Parts: sequence; C-alpha cells; structure tokens
Amino acid sequence: MNNDLDTHNQPLAIKAIGLVKRFGKHRAVDGIDLAIPQGIVYGFLGPNGAGKTTTMKMLATLLKPDEGSAQVMGHDLLKEPDAVRTRVSLTGQFASVDEDLNGIENLILIARLMGYSSRIAKKRASELLDAFGLQDAAKRQVKKYSGGMRRRLDIAASMIIRPDLLFLDEPTTGLDPRSRNQIWDIVRALVTTGTTVLLTTQYLDEADQLADRIAVIDHGKIIAEGTSGELKASVGSGVLHVRLLDPSTRAQAQQLLSDALGTPVRLSSDPAALAAQLAGTKAASKALAALDANQIEVSEFSLGQPSLDEVFLTLTGKPAENEEQKEGAKS
Amino acid sequence: MSEEQSMAKMRAALVEQERPPRPNGIATSLTFAWRALLKIKYVPEQLLDVTFFPVMFTLMFTYLFGGALAGSTSQYLQFLIPGILVQTVVFTTVYTGVSLNDDISKGTFDRFRSLPIWSPSPLVGALIADTVRYTIASIIVIVLGLILGFRPAGTILEIIAGIILVLIFAFSLSWIFTVIGLILQTSKAVMGISMTLLFPVTFASNIFVDPATMPGWLRATVNANPVSMLTTAVRGLMGGRVAFTEIIWVLIASAVLILIFSPITMYLYRNKR
Ligand SMILES: Nc1ncnc2c1ncn2[C@@H]1O[C@H](COP(=O)(O)OP(=O)(O)O)[C@@H](O)[C@H]1O
Ligand SMILES: [Mg+2]
Repeated sequence: MNNDLDTHNQPLAIKAIGLVKRFGKHRAVDGIDLAIPQGIVYGFLGPNGAGKTTTMKMLATLLKPDEGSAQVMGHDLLKEPDAVRTRVSLTGQFASVDEDLNGIENLILIARLMGYSSRIAKKRASELLDAFGLQDAAKRQVKKYSGGMRRRLDIAASMIIRPDLLFLDEPTTGLDPRSRNQIWDIVRALVTTGTTVLLTTQYLDEADQLADRIAVIDHGKIIAEGTSGELKASVGSGVLHVRLLDPSTRAQAQQLLSDALGTPVRLSSDPAALAAQLAGTKAASKALAALDANQIEVSEFSLGQPSLDEVFLTLTGKPAENEEQKEGAKS
Repeated sequence: MSEEQSMAKMRAALVEQERPPRPNGIATSLTFAWRALLKIKYVPEQLLDVTFFPVMFTLMFTYLFGGALAGSTSQYLQFLIPGILVQTVVFTTVYTGVSLNDDISKGTFDRFRSLPIWSPSPLVGALIADTVRYTIASIIVIVLGLILGFRPAGTILEIIAGIILVLIFAFSLSWIFTVIGLILQTSKAVMGISMTLLFPVTFASNIFVDPATMPGWLRATVNANPVSMLTTAVRGLMGGRVAFTEIIWVLIASAVLILIFSPITMYLYRNKR
C-alpha cells in the first residue's frame, strides 16, 4: 500500500485520510487529513467545539471513526489498535488521574498496568515525581493539588514508558502563567528526547510558541495548515501598526487608511493605535502619505507579520474564542 | 535548583525505558482491584454506609416491631439477621455503578482505555474489590447480630456458605448497576435510579416479615422475588436447615443476571464515547 511507502521515505507519526465522526446528525469531525512527521510538536488550533478532542480521541483509539482511515506510528488504527496503544500515550482534556489517590499511587498504578514489578514501579514513580517537581506532593491526595500540579502529574503518568507519540489535549487551559511555562518546558524537553507531541490549544500564542506545525481547525475541518510563519504569510504580507500622537484623530485616521489601502482597519486596545492589513509592502508608504497629507501626526509605526490572532480572524471570519466563552467546554 | 539542573533531570527521567513484558488480564485486573481498595483508605464513608444502615435497620426492626412480629425480640433476631445481611450487601452493589460512572465522567477511564491492557480489566478489578467490600459488609452484619443475640444453629461452614451465596448473588447483581453506571450521565442519577429500583425489590421480599399473612397476589410476588429466595436460602444455611431448592434458584438467577448484563456492560464499555 502507498501508506507503507510514505512511512519509508519520510517517517510519519500520523497519517490520516478523511476522518469523520458524527454525533447524531452533527459532524463533529468532517473529513480531516493529516500527515504529521515524527519528532515535532504539532498543534491543533481551534475554538471550543471545533472537533480537536474528537479527532484526538479517534487517533488514540478511544473513538471509532465513522469514515476514513489512519496510521499511527505505522500501525493501522482500526486493524491494530493494541499496537497503536503501545506506542502512544494520552493526556486528556480533563485530568485523567485519580483524585482520591495520592501522587505516587497514581503513577504506581499506571506503572503496574504497564507490567512493571512493584519495586520498579515505585522507583519509576518517584523518579518521575522528582523530575516533574512533585516530590513534595508525592503523598498528598491529588484532590488537594493545584491545577498545574495535576496537569504535571497527568503528563508524568503518560511518561512511565516514554511514548513515541504523546497526545496532549489542552494542556494549559485554565492554568496560571507560571504553571503554563512549566508545561511548556516539559513539552520542549520531551521533543528533544524524540517523542512526537500532538497538542491541542485554544491559545494562539501557545501554538505559536510550541508547535513546529499548526493545523487550524474549525467546524470539524482543517481550514489552514503549515508553520506559524506560513500561516501568517498566507493571510497577507503583513500588518501595518500605527500609533497616533493625538488619540482624538483616530476615527479620521481609520477612514483615511481604509480608503488608501482598501482593506479593513482595526482599532487596537490602545486608544491611539490602529492596525491595517496590507496587500503588499508598498501600500505602507501610500498609507502614511495619506495621513501626512491630512495633518495627522504619527508617533510610531511598524510593519509586522500578522499575529495568529489576525490569521484566525481572516481564516474564520471571527475572532478566536476568549477566556469566558471557553469555560463550558465538554468532552 | 537552577533551570538547567531541572531540565537535565527531566531529560534524564525521559530516556528510553525498557518495556516489561505485557502483563496478563489477571494481573491488570488485580492492579485495578488494588486501586479500588486503596480508596477505602481515603474515602472511609464507603464503609460508613455499609455499617450504618445495617445497624439502624437491625435496631429499628428488632426493637420496634420485633416483639410484635415474632413474639419476642430475640426470636425475631434469628429471623432478621440473615435478611439484613442480604439487604446490606444488595444495597452495597449500587456503589459499583456509582464509582464506575465517577471514573468515566472524570476522564480516568479514557487513560485506562488508551493503555495496551486486556480491556475489561478495569471493570473486573472493580468487581473484585467490590466483592471484598461485600465481605466486609457481611462480617459487620454477622458480628453485630452475634452481639445482639443472634445464635445461628448452622455450623461455621454453613454460615460461610450462606455468606458466599450472598456474595455470588451480589456479584451477579452488580452487572445491572454497571449498565446503569455506563448509561446515565451523573453519579447522582445512578444513585437515584438504582435506589429506586432496589427499595421495592428489597421491601417486597421476606427480609422483614413472613409473607404468610400477605394477600395472595402479593405473596406470590414476594415469593418469586430472587431476593426472597436468597433470604430463604441464607436463613436455611444459617439455621441448619439447608434449603436446596432456593439455593438452586439463587444460582440460576445469578447466572441469568450475568449472562444478560455482562455482555451489555462490555458492549457499552467498549463503545462509550
Ligand atoms: N460525546 C459527545 N456526544 C455528542 N456530541 C459531542 C460529544 N463529544 C463532542 N461532541 C460535539 O462535537 C463537537 C466537537 O467537540 P470537541 O471535539 O470536544 O471539540 P473541541 O475539543 O475542539 O472543543 C462539539 O460540537 C461537541 O458538542
Ligand atoms: Mg476539547
């Protein structure tokens, strides 16, 4: 089969063709193709309800796809689910550790299920707790852990035998910045050891910071795919950021810029700043000339790549979800 | 500790691990049973229910109604304790469904299901641990009975046989609650529905009173109730008058429960989203 050829020429962690999952009439995942190389961090970026978790659960053998096929680490998802399970680990969106047990018991449990003797299981559990900064909480019930600690324990449980492919579903949602950085460090350390990481996120900067390649998912479809640089480039050559000397001239400046550029101009949260999409870099000088001709003074301007926020806005026609909308997340 | 050091430590912990041979289904089931039993240490309330209800029911029925029902409280105790044993263990089976549902809603089962293990082992392990719980419940009831004046005429072996019969029935009954635990959304709902099912089943039985004085249709229902058959069988064993017919019927009922509900459980479990 051709799929085998692929894994020979360029080893793929995941190759999926036309994955579909329906819940009743609703197509939660609506034809997803993937070709994820080994040894990288791959990000699924999308708003709540986009189908990220469902896709991940199918790839981790927890859900059967209604249509399509996939190879995970060279094994057919439907024909050899057990072989897939020996190569991957899943850290789900909702903590999959046992809240009633303490930290070390949770890790011993997984180690025993992997087939380690009781003695080696204990040793491995404390080694991992130590590495993940949880040694002081080893004997504390997970119920009493902070969100960040729980997440780290959850990832540690996936590392009893370091998998070739780790699924990380929204690893930092709801965490404070410090805990988030700790998780990022873990992911970075992990890829250097050779594990491929597939992570989902609703945070644009997280995808930007961590992922080598990103798939933007919306309504069960991949609407864009590439490195964050490629995604930004696909949206346009760049963005012009302008800061005015006098905030009261902003409305007039917005009108002038959109006339001169023919593209939408957004008002930034800074009352003196605005940003415009550029069709080409030459347009920038035209825009500044228009402001100058109308005596609107500019204190600062810069030409930059669009942020992923802007990418998302352009691709989906709506801004990425914000914190409040995120909460009611389901499975 | 510096950033550098902690990164180095992390990498060291993440080097290739030697994969041990894949454990068999018995080993993984026992590991899950160990997990469930650990919880008794952390959530001793589980045992409180098992202790509190039999104590309350025994005291209430013996001293409020016992005299009127059986002539004297001590005579009533001989009748009641085997019934309380059945009732306590039967009610304890509800926790099988409740804790299964908890695990699923918390995402714990997603991890278990993504592990390369014999897939029914989390369920089988939970049921093994539950059997330990039923045994503890049985011992509590018997000891309580002995303290209050329960004097079984049966031999030790017959008493143990009675307890084992209760355990077999409870194990079989648990499969109904695993089905309920897999279907319903919340563990509260599982608790509610299961109790609603169990109350009529345990009260429309011969646990508390002899059905001889009941109207004919009710007596027929009560006598056909597997819980009554179990109670009669246990009374027989503990009283030294082995009731073979009832024992056979209890074993048949247990087999039927397992044959119907364990495949449904496994189907739901494998296809749970
Ligand atoms: N078990 C389920 N039953 C019914 N609908 C579901 C279930 N799981 C997810 N969905 C629906 O499928 C869609 C995708 O969900 P999900 O994959 O969880 O999205 P994401 O992880 O991107 O937030 C959503 O509309 C969600 O409501
Ligand atoms: Mg999700």
